[in-house]
Amino acid sequence: MRRFALLYDAIDRTTSTNAKVAAMVDYFRTAPPEDAAWAVYFLTGRRLKRLVPYAAINDWVLAATGVESWLLGECYSVVGDGAETAALVLDQIPPAPSEDLALARWVEDRIMLLRELDPAAQQRRMMTWWRGLDRLQRFLLLKLVTGEFRVGVSQTLVVRALAQAAELPATTVAARLMGEWTPSADWFTSVLSHERTEDDKSRPYPFFLASPLEDGIATLGDPHDWLIEWKWDGIRAQLVKRGGVIHLWSRGEELITHRFPEIAAAATHLPDGIVLDGEVLAFRDDRPMPFSALQQRIGRQKQVAQLARTVPVVFMVYDILEDQGEDIRSLPQAERRERLELRIEEAVRLVPRQADTTAADDDEFTLTSQSASDASGADQTDMASVFGRTSGVLRTSPLVAPASWDELASLRAESRTRGVEGFMLKRRRSTYGVGRKRGDWWKWKIDPFTIDAVLIYAQPGSGRRASLLTDYTFGVWSEGELVPIAKAYSGLSNDEIAEMDRWIRRHTRERFGPVRHVEPVHVFELGFEAIARSTRHRSGIAVRFPRMLRWRKDKKPEEADTLEAVQRLLDGTRQA
Amino acid sequence: MLIESPAGLFCPGGGFYIDPWGAVERAVITHAHGDHARFGSQAYLCADPSRTLLQRRFGPDVIVQSRPYGDPITIGDVQVSFHSAGHILGSAQIRIEGSDGVWVVAGDFKRAADPTCTPFEPLACDTFVTESTFGLPIYRWDPTNVVIGEILEWWDENRRNNRTSALFCYTIGKVQRILAELAAITDRRAFVHGMMLPMIDAYRDAGIRMLEVSSATEQPRGTKFAGELVLTPLSARGTPWMRRLGDHSDAFASGLMRVRGVRRQRAFDRGFVLSDHADWPALLQTITETGASRILATHGYAEPLAHHLRDHGYEAATLRTAWEGEPSGD
Repeated sequence: MRRFALLYDAIDRTTSTNAKVAAMVDYFRTAPPEDAAWAVYFLTGRRLKRLVPYAAINDWVLAATGVESWLLGECYSVVGDGAETAALVLDQIPPAPSEDLALARWVEDRIMLLRELDPAAQQRRMMTWWRGLDRLQRFLLLKLVTGEFRVGVSQTLVVRALAQAAELPATTVAARLMGEWTPSADWFTSVLSHERTEDDKSRPYPFFLASPLEDGIATLGDPHDWLIEWKWDGIRAQLVKRGGVIHLWSRGEELITHRFPEIAAAATHLPDGIVLDGEVLAFRDDRPMPFSALQQRIGRQKQVAQLARTVPVVFMVYDILEDQGEDIRSLPQAERRERLELRIEEAVRLVPRQADTTAADDDEFTLTSQSASDASGADQTDMASVFGRTSGVLRTSPLVAPASWDELASLRAESRTRGVEGFMLKRRRSTYGVGRKRGDWWKWKIDPFTIDAVLIYAQPGSGRRASLLTDYTFGVWSEGELVPIAKAYSGLSNDEIAEMDRWIRRHTRERFGPVRHVEPVHVFELGFEAIARSTRHRSGIAVRFPRMLRWRKDKKPEEADTLEAVQRLLDGTRQA
Repeated sequence: MLIESPAGLFCPGGGFYIDPWGAVERAVITHAHGDHARFGSQAYLCADPSRTLLQRRFGPDVIVQSRPYGDPITIGDVQVSFHSAGHILGSAQIRIEGSDGVWVVAGDFKRAADPTCTPFEPLACDTFVTESTFGLPIYRWDPTNVVIGEILEWWDENRRNNRTSALFCYTIGKVQRILAELAAITDRRAFVHGMMLPMIDAYRDAGIRMLEVSSATEQPRGTKFAGELVLTPLSARGTPWMRRLGDHSDAFASGLMRVRGVRRQRAFDRGFVLSDHADWPALLQTITETGASRILATHGYAEPLAHHLRDHGYEAATLRTAWEGEPSGD
């Protein structure tokens, strides 16, 4: 584990991207493949399920050092990281370095077996290991045991380092890291292999991401150079069909095929050797349902068919990345779009139409695919009825072709009524890139809802913001009282955070553990993407993605919004 | 003996304030850092070695009187004496003896040896006013020579890579301590930000042996600092001044660097855990050594420290401070 600890330290010690990549390249070239496999697993943010509960770690600390759990809690509120807190406190046990054990052996033969032991045995094991490790390895051990390992590299950097180590194109490596895999020497060797491997078959491509359009829309030049679609608020996904097997991958690289059986069923009508990029949407009465509806589907693993009746989904396709087994990401966007429409049309023609679905909508861009007849398994009848109420599970995302940017801007005002977030603009001649590369794909989102609210509670952030009070709770007025309406922790500059932090420390009225009740003085303009009724919040309202837009130093707290005003926003969306 | 007032800790028997926050008639000062010695009072009293530092900070017109360590003076109804606190040059604990016993106000202190100041002197007292800047069990310092070794190793590595080593540290105490510790293991020259020179000179005048330094600010335009160590105050960070250092690795020397998240939040390449404050074990050890039954904690983590002490049979509470947040002397 020492070699991995040194890699961690090298990455942690620099803010230079090149230095981080160089450290990883060196590691991947020299470490034994079974260790390197685990290193990739951890560096890319994959984690072992929490093997021991936090309460157990508190007990270990108490037993070993006498530090009580309330005091450990105070420490945690400064450190913002459970494993590091425990490591710092347990640091008083002097290390007695012992022989190094390889990372793979640590993980497979020690750490993963912990969960089989009773708490007392876990504690004995941990404390024996603890003595034999230096400070850096101790910290890593606790991180791995708690499933909290994080380090400052992105997946893109890990991919770049692996590609350099193997002398392979980054796209090949990126695809091999997508989806599910088990770290092993064989796996690592296959990642670096110059041959096409069997596993490559189920893999999606790295997603190409859009950047927010910050300058005026007119800076994009001629509207005719762009393919324009509505921006959907669903789950970005790739549908992969190769060798007759269908995989649906979320952007978070999770396999979600089984959560959306109607999409998998519809995909059986697609030709083989195809990869589609699109959005999973809860969709009903010809318009998207709120994201919260889709969330119910994401959370549900059982009785999916039943829920699918009330929350039907569609796969809104906007791109084709592979056609007839060929990677076509380097074709221009416009050409891929034509190919996409052709393939969907062919698929639709293959599907036997059912009586209750032929009254599909006449939108020329909405192609339908009825596929219940092929759905396998016990859910078949259920699925058929599900499809009966929708007008097609696989659709192509309609294009919008405005004559001018002005026309597009006025259409954009309809976004909220249409249940979309604005527009996606994709350059016609652009290829499908990797990651977020500015210039070819833009998202032009509608302005969020905004309210003015008063800061009422603050608590320390986590990770790198642990020593600062950065997590705020805001309230709006209701009957002379401030009712909590939203929590937000992003949107301020570092200077503003520091200023706020100093102010909060001097104007704390009460403390409840790490939470500080502050004097209601500061007004912030909050933005959020959506608003819904909620029984779980005291205000009766839940907001989505709240963030601070501006610190309204010009406003007095009594000028902040009222709960009534916020409720009107809610009513506005419901009418729409 | 002492009461909390809007201007800070006040001794009615002697008619003076200790480290007042505002302008008062008579201020008794533990040490020369800005959060303890504030400008504007009519007269200041401090320990002898602290006097030149205060005078440099406040200017020659301000009245600063001083006493040797351990030499009591009667003020009103009480007897006051200064005793070494080991925090920075001239730092003092203030011992006050009156009809209702002995109080010691420790100010900021540390127990680790420091070549730039005399060591902490344990004093018996009834009430001990302790700092608690690092009053949590996560704060525990490595031996100074280990940390200084890490700093030299970092400097060496940057020399090999032809980069500048930019080390941020406080202007009074920390920079001199680092230069003095480094002088024991290397004879290279270091550069410092021009702002640091007066206080480094003041330490040299007091007979402290340190690395030779040159002002990076006064070097001719285009001077290359690759491979050099440049010590600079935090306030220079992010300013155009830093550009003259060229390609550099930056580090901060402070007890705050004990927590990884703090270092990362500020995006320092390296953090060297070197503090002029007592760590958790040193706080507890010191409190035990005073034999005091009543403890008042101030600065930093006063609440948890007081709570912990109460759990262990002390009468303990917190003192309010105008300076919550980051310790300026660390």
